[in-house]
Formats: sequence, structure tokens, C-alpha cells
Amino acid sequence: MSVLMFAQLAISIWDLGAKMKKLLILVLMIFAFFSTAVLAQSLFPNIPKATGNEHPQGNEFMRINHMDMLRHERDMTMREGIRDVDNSLAQCISCHVVKGTDSKPVTIESEEHFCRVCHDFAAVKLDCFSCHNSVPEEGLKTSFKHPDANGSLNAVMAYLEETAK
Amino acid sequence: MTKEKGANIHRRDFLKSGAALASVTLASGVTLMAMGQGVAAGANPNVRWGLLIDANKCPSDCSACISACSNEHGWEDNGLPTDPQWIRKITLKDKNTGHENTLPLMCQHCEKPPCVDVCPTGASFKRADGIVLVDRHICIGCRYCMMACPFKARSFVHEKVKGQKTSSPRGKGTVEGCNMCVHKLDKGEGTTACVTACSATGNNAMIFGDLNDPSSDISLALTNYPSVELRDDLRLNLGVRYLNI
Repeated sequence: MSVLMFAQLAISIWDLGAKMKKLLILVLMIFAFFSTAVLAQSLFPNIPKATGNEHPQGNEFMRINHMDMLRHERDMTMREGIRDVDNSLAQCISCHVVKGTDSKPVTIESEEHFCRVCHDFAAVKLDCFSCHNSVPEEGLKTSFKHPDANGSLNAVMAYLEETAK
Repeated sequence: MTKEKGANIHRRDFLKSGAALASVTLASGVTLMAMGQGVAAGANPNVRWGLLIDANKCPSDCSACISACSNEHGWEDNGLPTDPQWIRKITLKDKNTGHENTLPLMCQHCEKPPCVDVCPTGASFKRADGIVLVDRHICIGCRYCMMACPFKARSFVHEKVKGQKTSSPRGKGTVEGCNMCVHKLDKGEGTTACVTACSATGNNAMIFGDLNDPSSDISLALTNYPSVELRDDLRLNLGVRYLNI
């Protein structure tokens, strides 16, 4: 093969490459898009939806502060006997209940349990449920309304009515 | 060193004043409290909860108080030496006469509890209303309190626990005992599971009430009948007293 022929072949391949380049980039982009979607599904916690009313402070606040709120109110309840707290563990469990395939609430043994979803992801050990029950007791109110949900008179009245029972 | 002014205000009083500020005025003269103040009272330091048990009214074949406690708090005594006993029946026998008495024994809720003295973490504590409890959040399971208790009233949880009652959390590696149904008292029910069960059987061997209230049933009974406390030589001033033993 002469040097001239080799040069001609090289140019034609380069031409082809220039045309293919756009296609290749497009294919790569589509692949990247789907692979991140798959990654998001498999790596990041898929937080289960809760029943009941939204947190008045917002989810982001709860994600950062729930442990401090629980600790503060556990001491109030345990040591001082003040039990009409807004943020009891039983209340968390009651709204954030996840039902399994048998339509019964899943316990902390299951990876789908609300608390475990994030705690497994963050690799933070959860000690609450070595003593506390991880599923709501039957008969526990699930439609608890935060008294400061929206500050309206109806909310306060509903709260009073519910706690009076 | 002088105390900072205002440092003597109790936290609860402060919270109460906050709650008072948070009340909503609906119309002139009509006020709506945002939070139920009466419910938020917590353990009342003016109250001392106590029990009076009449051994003569307690038949040897009755264990209603034990099963009621077991159901209320979710513990089970299957006869193993390591099984918990929040309350148990004991038999007293007079060796001279052969007379036998049975009576339920549980945490006596001492005024000066030895279990609180020996606890290295502060988990064993006495509430303002005289109820002696274990804070299992900080209990390390050392069992000093079990050794210190003259009444063997506390149990150690040896096995993993599942399906606890929401009102009565309990778990492996911690010590537990009678809590005088503190969740019921805080709700204002004013009685315990064992006393309710005892009166349901018709024996009425147990009276529950406030020892500090001179007009309560228990105080009247204590005034009228000669009751004793177990191991009064230890001068622990127990919250549980017995009749006819």
C-alpha cells in the first residue's frame, strides 16, 4: 500500500467519524439519562408517603431535627410525665406507617420500614425499636392534627376535640 | 455566688406562662386556650401515689393482679428463672402457728429508693409524684439496682422483645419493674391495672390513691387500720403498705 492510498483511506474514515460523532454523542446522552434514572432508583432512598397531615415545619426541618425533637420530648415524658407532646415516637409511627404485601404495617425488621429507608441509606444505627414498638398499636389515632397545622380556629378546635376523647 | 435573678422560675411555670400568652381571644370575654393546660401538668410534686394491700382479702388461688399487669405492660412470666416479674404473689407462713398469708409484691416505690442511690447512670430515678422508674434510654443493664432492692422488685430483660405495648416500651439489656401504670396516671385515670383487676374480682384487696391527700380512700384506710410496710427496719418509707400480715 502506497503512502498516498493510506492517506486517502484515513481521510475517508475521518469524514465518516465526523458524521458518526453527532450520532454517537446522542446515543451516549440517551444512555446517560436512563442510567442516572436507574441509579436514582437503586441508590437513593425512596421515602414512603405518610398518612395524616403535613408537618407544619416542613419535611426538610423534620429530616434535620427529628432526633432532637424526639430526645427532648422523651425526657419530658419519661422524667416529668408530660405526655401531651406533639412529637412522640408513637405519633411518628402512626402516620409514617408502611404497609407490606399482606396489608399489615411492616416492622423495623423490614427494609421498607419508614425509619429504615433513610437510616439504612445513611448507615445510622437505630436504637429506638429495641424497646419501642415499630408499628402502631391498633386503635391509636392516625388522623392526629397538629394544633399549629395552619393556626386556624378549625385546626385548634379539631385538636381539642380529638384530645378530649 | 448569687443566683441570677429569675433562675428560680421552674421550667414548667415558664412554659405555662408561655401557654397563657398563646391563648387566642375569640371575642371579648371568650378565650380559647391553644394547648390543653390541664393535660400538660405532668407529675405533680404535691401528690404521692401509693397502694394499700389487705392480705386477708387476697385469696391464695387468685392471680388477677398479675395477669392484669402482664396484659397491660406486655411482659410474660413463663416460669423460666430469667423471665420478668413486675408483680408476683408471695406466701408468708408463721412457723409457730402454721398460718399462711399470700400477698402481691411489686416495686414498693420507696421515698428513699436504694435503686436510685446505686444507679451509676441516673437511669433509676424517682418522679416528682413518688413513682420510682427506670429510664431505659440511659440504663446500661448493670443490674446494681436489682441487687440493691430489698424486695427483688426489678427484673432484667434477657431476651429480645417484640410487639411491645406503645404505652409500655421494654427491651433487652435493660432493667424494668412496676411503674404504677404511670401512663394511666398521666392520662388522669387515677388507677392501676392491678387495682382495677382486683376490684373486678370482688376481692377489693388493693386500694390505690394519693397518700398526701387526707381525704383520699387510701389515706382514710391508713388512718383507720393498722398497716405495716415491709422491712420497716430499712426506713425507706415505702409507697406500698400492707394490712393483716
